[in-house]
Amino acid sequence: MQLHHYLLFSALLFAVGLAGALTRRNAILVLIGVELMLNAANLNFIAFWRFLPEAPAMHGLLFVLFTIAVAAAEAAVGLALIIAIYRHYRSTQVDDLRSLHG
Amino acid sequence: MEIPFAILTALTLVSALAAMSLRNLVHCALCLALTLAGLAALYLQLGAQFAGFAQILVYVGAVAILVVFAILLTNRGDQAAATRAPARSWVTGAGIAVAVFAVLARVILTSSLATGHPMVDRGSPTVKDLGMQLMTQYVLPLEVIGLLLTAATLGAVIIALPEKKTPAAAAPNH
Repeated sequence: MQLHHYLLFSALLFAVGLAGALTRRNAILVLIGVELMLNAANLNFIAFWRFLPEAPAMHGLLFVLFTIAVAAAEAAVGLALIIAIYRHYRSTQVDDLRSLHG
Repeated sequence: MEIPFAILTALTLVSALAAMSLRNLVHCALCLALTLAGLAALYLQLGAQFAGFAQILVYVGAVAILVVFAILLTNRGDQAAATRAPARSWVTGAGIAVAVFAVLARVILTSSLATGHPMVDRGSPTVKDLGMQLMTQYVLPLEVIGLLLTAATLGAVIIALPEKKTPAAAAPNH
């Protein structure tokens, strides 16, 4: 296996997550798409760490740990926001949130 | 080496596509868990053991359950909204995603960095090694992450608290 196999797979996963985040109308599914994109980035970190001899000994792994922590915080706050929005509007469809629409 | 990679990538991609395209939200969440587990297996295959198990603990364990809870808490009992047809702009969104993938693939395939490197033997860093790094060179980022997680936990709880009943807060009819 070569580095570009992992990078291409990760780009494909990123594109799938981006397509989901852009086309789905449910806020929870948009958040799932964002999570997929973050995970694709994590796979890139690990692949570069494993394949590039110039990379410092453990930077890739530590970067992935920090990213996982930030993404978990993002998911918790995002889902809490979705629940608060649902309480207010009785909907999680992003199309229905038009209060700021001019 | 080839066959496990092929199996894992196929499983992960198919479940990611399913998570983004299925109608039933609970099915989407379960496919998301499968995708994240496949990614954890890829990390393990690359020799990043701690990252793989952290991925399983945090994503498959916590985030997937959080998503399932959010879906159940926001489920009105009817699936009408969930099964609403995608908006007319879905062609645009899919086109943007394909364009992004094309750009990324072109950059990857023309880069001299991405090809010709064999796998570097890095051993397998133990949890002890990672802990030593986190407690010495990376102690400041670690503290910042701890602060961020605390703030995020408090913020999530406060945001999700029920709204106070005031006359102005009547929910608009949608």
